[in-house]
Amino acid sequence: MQMSPTEYIQHHLTNLQLNLHTGSVGPTSGFWVLNLDTLITSFLIGVLFLGLFYLAARKAVSTQPGKLQNFVEYSIEMVNGMTKEVFHGENSVIAPMAMTVFFWVFFMNLVDLLPVDLIPRLLGFFGIHHYRAVPTADLSLPVGLALTVFIMIIYYNFKIKGPKNLLIEILSKPFGWYLMPVNIFFRLVEEIAKPLSLSLRLFGNLFAGELIFVLIAGLIPFWLQWIPGGIWAIFHILIITIQAFIFMMLTIVYLSMAHESH
Amino acid sequence: MDILHTLVGLYGNIFIAAALLISIPAMGTAIGFGLLGGKFLEGIARQPELKAMLMGNMFLMAGLLDAFAVIGLVFGFLMLFSPAVFMPALTPALAKIHHILAAAQP
Repeated sequence: MQMSPTEYIQHHLTNLQLNLHTGSVGPTSGFWVLNLDTLITSFLIGVLFLGLFYLAARKAVSTQPGKLQNFVEYSIEMVNGMTKEVFHGENSVIAPMAMTVFFWVFFMNLVDLLPVDLIPRLLGFFGIHHYRAVPTADLSLPVGLALTVFIMIIYYNFKIKGPKNLLIEILSKPFGWYLMPVNIFFRLVEEIAKPLSLSLRLFGNLFAGELIFVLIAGLIPFWLQWIPGGIWAIFHILIITIQAFIFMMLTIVYLSMAHESH
Repeated sequence: MDILHTLVGLYGNIFIAAALLISIPAMGTAIGFGLLGGKFLEGIARQPELKAMLMGNMFLMAGLLDAFAVIGLVFGFLMLFSPAVFMPALTPALAKIHHILAAAQP
């Protein structure tokens, strides 16, 4: 079972993949490959947290509320307040979407605080030899989230502003009618930069965090591991909260920019 | 021999490229964090009762600044360690060429 450090690191960076051409489960390469570990973990976490919040809503009482109901009400109030500050229109999709994004991303990031070897070692007893437990540290998931937000941005641009007004806005802001190519170029850059930066920011922070944990586990003798591991874990708690919060804030801001042009 | 020299040169340049990719965004981010922290402290000095609100917004801005430093870090690590790109993909190729050339020597 003794792996060299490089093998250990590479083992922890390999996903459990399903090759759709050959049907084989295990590390493969190619385009038609599903990362099963990302899909399973993210689905489980989503079902768990949505189920929890739904339970809180079902059992809601207006006399002494319990702790769960208190927490859910507080978080709804917080997200609602934030949405009202940024977005001054009428859309009942934005605030629930923001809350879902925040809590889902936060709980998926939270898996990174478990010990690096815990879940892969447990699953190794069942015969699964490669498993990356943090869904947001796989490039697929943050890009999926950002692409969904991007599609919503385009949809709301067309739906709220109408194609004619949208065309006028693209061609004439921010420099006026005579600099039309410059306006189009800037608009393209801005629209492409939104999903790109959104996805890569979340992916980069979480992948770097996971990688540093793996490096600490692989390269430092076990009796020294608690010092850098502890410090990095404390810093990482801050990072995952901030990244989930920023994803939520930017979702709200981008969707409100799609509703009204500043 | 020419191929070997070219590939070894490429190998060395990848190290330098990955190091630049990791460090230059981090320099920008460090300067940005310094400015951000300085303005935050100035804001507290002017109006201490706004400390909580300013701190929340400061962490928001810090998360936005973090983005490009960490993107550079991730791509640098990818270049250095991931088996699909650049360096680790190049290593077996280099070893193979070295063997072929060593075996072909009279």
